Amino acid sequence: MPEATKPEQNDQSVWDRVAASHEFRDLMATKKIFIIPAFIFFLVYYFMLPVLVGYAPHFMSIKVWGNVNLAYLFALSQFFMAWTIAGLYVRAGDDFDEISKDIIEKALEHENSQGAK
Amino acid sequence: MSVPLLMFLVFIAITLGITYWASKRSSGSSAYFAAGRQIRSWQNGVAVAGDYMSAASFLGIAGIIAFQGYDGFMFSVGWLVAYLTVLLVIAEPLRNAGKYTMADVLAYRLKPRPVRAMASLSTLTVSTFYMIAQMVGAGALVALLLKGSGISYHTAVIGVGVLMIVYVVFGGMLATTWVQIIKAILLMAGTLLLSILVMSHFHFSFAAFFDAIGHVTYHEKGQEVVKDFLQPGLRYKPPYGPLELISLGLALIFGTAGLPHILVRFYTVPDARTARHSVVWAMALIGSFYIMTTFLGFGAATIVGRDFIATHGGTNMSAPLLAQALAGDIFFAFICAIAFATILAVVAGLTISASTSFAHDFWTNVIHRGEERKPGEEVRVARISAFVVGAIAMAIAIMLGPTANVAFLVALAFAVAASANLPVIVLSIFWRRFNTAGAVAGLGVGLIASIGLILVSPSLMAIDPPTVTGAARHLIQAKAWFPLENPGILSIPLGFLGAILGTMLSHEPTSTHKFNELLVRSNTCLGAEKALAKH
Repeated sequence: MPEATKPEQNDQSVWDRVAASHEFRDLMATKKIFIIPAFIFFLVYYFMLPVLVGYAPHFMSIKVWGNVNLAYLFALSQFFMAWTIAGLYVRAGDDFDEISKDIIEKALEHENSQGAK
Repeated sequence: MSVPLLMFLVFIAITLGITYWASKRSSGSSAYFAAGRQIRSWQNGVAVAGDYMSAASFLGIAGIIAFQGYDGFMFSVGWLVAYLTVLLVIAEPLRNAGKYTMADVLAYRLKPRPVRAMASLSTLTVSTFYMIAQMVGAGALVALLLKGSGISYHTAVIGVGVLMIVYVVFGGMLATTWVQIIKAILLMAGTLLLSILVMSHFHFSFAAFFDAIGHVTYHEKGQEVVKDFLQPGLRYKPPYGPLELISLGLALIFGTAGLPHILVRFYTVPDARTARHSVVWAMALIGSFYIMTTFLGFGAATIVGRDFIATHGGTNMSAPLLAQALAGDIFFAFICAIAFATILAVVAGLTISASTSFAHDFWTNVIHRGEERKPGEEVRVARISAFVVGAIAMAIAIMLGPTANVAFLVALAFAVAASANLPVIVLSIFWRRFNTAGAVAGLGVGLIASIGLILVSPSLMAIDPPTVTGAARHLIQAKAWFPLENPGILSIPLGFLGAILGTMLSHEPTSTHKFNELLVRSNTCLGAEKALAKH
């Protein structure tokens, strides 16, 4: 990640310009495509556990292997679900960093060209 | 001098040595509060894990599983999955936009004084709740460990409190970061060893282990009962059990992202990428640990047994008693020392986030309107408030006594964090229209709703038969007004509702204008405070 310098604090136009730029909107779109589905998926997957355990205890008590039941296996699967989503997010995060690097470079270029005039 | 006591003293000497070494190296506000923003991702990940895996995880979950089987494992699952909320929603924006505390993010585009005052109040409340549970665990642990030596629960609580203050006052954030790292490694090693010993007891046969869990024998009201501990429903029984499980889940999933001592860790890393990677490091460690609570909890249920634990220190002592049963006194002392170090480190982390919030948000920004009048004053105020916060937590822990399960107590702190802090953090990052009135209303309603519902819940209100005496008696002798022990299911929506209504019913143009700045800052690292160059 490049070193970020501080644009003028009071100059809101810098932030508005960056926020409206194509690159920034691209970044937000790229993030949303990953984050929103991932967030919804993990919430649904996680809350299925207390709902099933609470409202369908007999179903969850079905033994799968020896004394190991569905309830325990489903709980255990939550750990792997969490690790998988985290792993995928870190991979997606590299893309976010790339785009965000561009945005910073553009913003600094603009800043410098303004200063030179 | 007994072996347990000796091991304690050795460990405490080592950790204090590190604190002293770190205090020699840190100077200035950024170093004291945020470790100079030069912590690496694995270091921060291990430190987050260290901050997170408290007495509740090690002593509390093992205890609930040992006493009520499968239902206790729900705490383990929720406490790991919660990190997805931190990773996907909170960690990076916070790193990019914040400085030292949660209130810095809120103060970006809202009126700083009311928001900081409320955020500081909420931070202090959550930290104190969390800390009380650690103090209860420490007191019970040391009382058991030094049984017969005359050291009581009260003395133990005061001992932990004093040590914690020494940590924070002399070391600051860099020292507590190193303490967390060392403690996290010890805790993982101890838990792994204990798990291997449990499996060796069953000749490394998972079939035999799970078979034993299917027939746990104990006495209830003088009757011998045999239960399948892998069966759900031993703790959360109808009619309210299912709702209670969902309420607990909500508190755990959304509470983590509102915990001030976890959030403060993301200000110690240089950039968003490091923040992201450190969450993943933390999730790897925390997840492995929580899977091993299977061996700790069910191991204690099958090898030690409920009856024995109940008469030797209660639920919180399940893991240490398991160690004693499996490998004798020295291993018992080792596990106790780890548990003690765990508590000490978590308490130090909590104290620093609470005192940072008081010094930075309340003292400097609310009372003195953002001006540090004398150099170093903020650090001095933080140190003084560390003493005050520690003393309050000690007093309440002594009042509560050693009986309550610490995982349950901590889950209440999560409910408060999820109801008060999470709604305003999320809305301030994602909702353009959000404003000061909304933040103050959200924090206020969330705090009042969660604490109010805890006060009228079955944990504090019930009618006891006259045979129940002392600390086991409920505080209010009347039928509970709210049927659930954990208030999350109602108080989290109320926190959001307060924040949304407060915003809709007021008008504040600046908060909308500055949204673009926060949006750009939190999503790129443009304008974020740079990592301090090493000199």
